[in-house]
Amino acid sequence: MKNNLLFDFIVDKEKNTLTMRREFLANRQLVWDAHTKSELLNQWFAPKPLTTKTKVMDFKEGGSWVYAMVEPKGKEYWGRMDYEKIKPIEFYSGLDAFCDENGNRNPDLPRAKWNVYFKEHSENTIVETLIQYESLSDLETIIKMGMKEGITSTFESLDELLLTLKK
Amino acid sequence: MKFLIFYLRSRLVAYIFATDWLRNYKKKMRRDIFQAIADPTRRAIIALIAIHAMTPNAISERFDITRQSVSKHLRILTECQLLKKEQQGREIYYQLDIKQMKEIDKWLEQFRKIWEDRYSQLDDLLLNIKNKTKK
Repeated sequence: MKNNLLFDFIVDKEKNTLTMRREFLANRQLVWDAHTKSELLNQWFAPKPLTTKTKVMDFKEGGSWVYAMVEPKGKEYWGRMDYEKIKPIEFYSGLDAFCDENGNRNPDLPRAKWNVYFKEHSENTIVETLIQYESLSDLETIIKMGMKEGITSTFESLDELLLTLKK
Repeated sequence: MKFLIFYLRSRLVAYIFATDWLRNYKKKMRRDIFQAIADPTRRAIIALIAIHAMTPNAISERFDITRQSVSKHLRILTECQLLKKEQQGREIYYQLDIKQMKEIDKWLEQFRKIWEDRYSQLDDLLLNIKNKTKK
């Protein structure tokens, strides 16, 4: 059943945007909560085997979410989302950034604007996440980083697997 | 005769040096593919050539910029190995090298994978919450 859910991943190299459109088997309120409450975000935001840890969550216009994605061995990647506009259970927008554990933004790494829309689709919910980078090279930096980290974490889980197999 | 041998040998040495230099130069000049597509004119050129191979003249005619400027874009695209040159009679035709375009897609595929994993975890979470509230 999972496989039948809509998932669009659109890259617009001219507008420097990534668009994800995904259907979820839950009502809009629940999907909204999963995107905006840290105790729920902590359970899905970092892709496995990474886990999410929240330092600050202040979900309001002008507030922010400061969080880390943590590798199994404990290495932390800190990020923050500064919320701009919030229209409960319909839409929110914000600016993302890389930061240190105290929430201080890393000015060398690109930021992107997030527009997230929540739409009812019979009993399900469709979430459209539009991520806008300032330039194509920003997008490139992010993609390269994601790739590097993705590969490291895959190798690390392989390490773990090999360890358990040895025992 | 002696002079001829000396002459040929020095030509050979010069040739070896030149090709070696050219190889290093080419390696150094290989550019990042993202630089190629960062420019709107170059993106338009890629879109144009993707349909069929074209000569520099034919490409210039389609744009409101100088022939030199088109040449510069073609040179950059070639250095990024996005374009291949092909000599047909007197004319040089440029065509798209699909292999390099796939490099970009490989990067994006990785990014897409992260979002897939993330959302599949969200599916599990939503299912868990729904099951809990039913009980």
